[in-house]
Amino acid sequence: MAETAYWEAIQRAHDEEMTNDPLVIAMGEDIGVAGGTYKATAGLYDKYGAERIIDCPISENSYTGIGIGASMIGMRPIIEIMSINFALLALDTLVNAAAKIRYMSGGRVSCPIVMRTPGGTAHQLAAQHSARLARMFMSTSGLRVVTPRGPLDAYGMLKSAVRSNDPVIIIEHERMYNLKEDIPEEEYFRPLEGAEVVRQGEDITLIGYNFSVHLCLEAAKKLEADGVSAEVVDLRSLKPIDRETIRRSVEKTHRVLVAEEDEAPVGVGSEIITGIMEDCFFALDSQPVRIHAADVPVPYNHKLEQAAIPDVDDVYQGALKALGKI
Amino acid sequence: MNDSDKIRLLRDMIFYRRFEDRCFEAYVERKIGGFLHLYSGQEAVATGVLEMANVGVGEKGDYVITGYRDHVHALKAGAPAREIMAELYGKETGSSRGRGGSMHIFDPTANFMGGYALVGQPFPLAAGLALGCKHKKTNQIAICFLGDGANNQGTFHETLNMASVWNLPVLFVCENNGYAIGTHIDRSTAQTDQYKRVDTAYNIKSSQHDGMDIDIVMEEAKKAVDYVRNEQKPYFIEFMTYRYRGHSMSDAKGYRTKEEEAEWEKRDPIKILSDRLIKSGALKQADIKKMENEIHDEIENDVIKFAEESPEPDVADLNKYVLDDNPDPRWIGPLK
Ligand SMILES: Cc1ncc(C[n+]2csc(CCOP(=O)(O)OP(=O)(O)O)c2C)c(N)n1
Ligand SMILES: [Mg+2]
Repeated sequence: MAETAYWEAIQRAHDEEMTNDPLVIAMGEDIGVAGGTYKATAGLYDKYGAERIIDCPISENSYTGIGIGASMIGMRPIIEIMSINFALLALDTLVNAAAKIRYMSGGRVSCPIVMRTPGGTAHQLAAQHSARLARMFMSTSGLRVVTPRGPLDAYGMLKSAVRSNDPVIIIEHERMYNLKEDIPEEEYFRPLEGAEVVRQGEDITLIGYNFSVHLCLEAAKKLEADGVSAEVVDLRSLKPIDRETIRRSVEKTHRVLVAEEDEAPVGVGSEIITGIMEDCFFALDSQPVRIHAADVPVPYNHKLEQAAIPDVDDVYQGALKALGKI
Repeated sequence: MNDSDKIRLLRDMIFYRRFEDRCFEAYVERKIGGFLHLYSGQEAVATGVLEMANVGVGEKGDYVITGYRDHVHALKAGAPAREIMAELYGKETGSSRGRGGSMHIFDPTANFMGGYALVGQPFPLAAGLALGCKHKKTNQIAICFLGDGANNQGTFHETLNMASVWNLPVLFVCENNGYAIGTHIDRSTAQTDQYKRVDTAYNIKSSQHDGMDIDIVMEEAKKAVDYVRNEQKPYFIEFMTYRYRGHSMSDAKGYRTKEEEAEWEKRDPIKILSDRLIKSGALKQADIKKMENEIHDEIENDVIKFAEESPEPDVADLNKYVLDDNPDPRWIGPLK
């Protein structure tokens, strides 16, 4: 085991997959000579050269499209979009092309691209650099959407994403790149599908993904001090969603909270709770609780920003509500 | 090129014209649904350019990609006519197994990488195919056919820039038929000569030619294809052409005059080539009539028959082809 930062885990996965398969390339803005905004490709330009670590101009829709075109004939591009906000410029090629080419061709052509991008609020980046948008991609048939919560998954899921034959969107988070965790030194893979119970508990299920898993874990510690045993489920994959793991947990604890950093309408929480209603409505002892961002563009002012996005205390209070303690 | 090749090309174009006319009829009979964009009038461009490329040789050939007006490009690339017609009929035997329809013909066994409905979307996909060819050092090139209207999309500019900076072996073929649906190019586009939007702006060689005379198309396309393959650089070639029918089936053509249509029809690509072959003595009028009859019968007795008799997809297969249907559990899971 070696203590590894999230960005280092991604860098290592790139390096190994590029060594393993000459058809793996990386594309994105500032990823080559500059080493990547989040250092995810640090040192790889020198190792693999400009033909495989491709510095792209500021043309998100078209370089993503170029990656998709190349993937149609066997290349395995890993495309970095500097911020999920800029992925909006690539929506045509992602949603109308990558997600649909397999279907439109009757299964004859596939697009095994990986798109990595950080989504989420960081530190006062304001409205145009704080989007989360997971809900937009998870509502598109033909895509896979995954959200590694830490270095273990960041490495293992990127490697699996490169090898999978489907277009995979990996949503990272600006506030997670320096997060550290011990991960195996030997090569390993983490499957793209399947939620994970990251903390066992009896009294309530806290469901998160991406950064909100950490809010749930922190809130679970606070609840423990109150004598409440909280189970935490990391969704890991937003498309498809592992409803079975959620059902099992809710049938055990009978109470549930979903924490997301995004705004609530038509969001991750709405989808998860609908699934719970359909799968195990009668297992619930209280109404489900959603913790989410305020329905406003993310403000610049620090106090307003903090008020707009959920924190550990919001999750804790929400859990108390679900438990009938407030 | 000898006379028998020219006669073969004439036959190709007459076949394509009849194929499109037959689609029109089948659409009126409601055998074909959705949007249907026909290529009649523009045959010399796809036929001539692809004759000069390496197509019809299966997966070793050049890659071809285009928009929604895609039947003829797919045919000339080598996709079987009966599978394309079956696709238009929505049948399981269709080139996209009935999932795509007229605008989304795919045939990877002919390296025909699809028709796309989003105007401008194929530009980057084509450059990506070229990037793959270059990376794998296969000496294949990518050929992207799009209309004049597509050049007003951002992808045109973004992709030309990258194709040039990265020296990608991609041939952009602009089929300038003067209209984007009902909007004349003069009203939408500041520089109406498309090839001029490319050379100094993106440092890509470009040229403009008559797209109605297949001999000219072939002569110029050969130079362009050779340039792209040998120099490993993009090229932009513009052909002036005209679509005879409406943009799609719902178009009454109120935006153009009968006189304009008649002017272009005087320079019909099939007529230009057949007149030339008759004049040189290679063909007689009766030979052409015979050819037309044979094609008519082939389309009825083979192409249409196959489409009519093929089964529709099984509704139980609705969820097939969304994601990899046989994924490797090592990468996909689920997590245990
Ligand atoms: C992104 C997008 N915008 C608008 C349309 C609607 N549309 C379909 S074809 C077309 C005109 C395209 O003209 P051109 O590129 O000249 O091709 P042509 O039809 O003449 O072959 C338009 C506006 C579309 N399909 N996609
Ligand atoms: Mg046009």
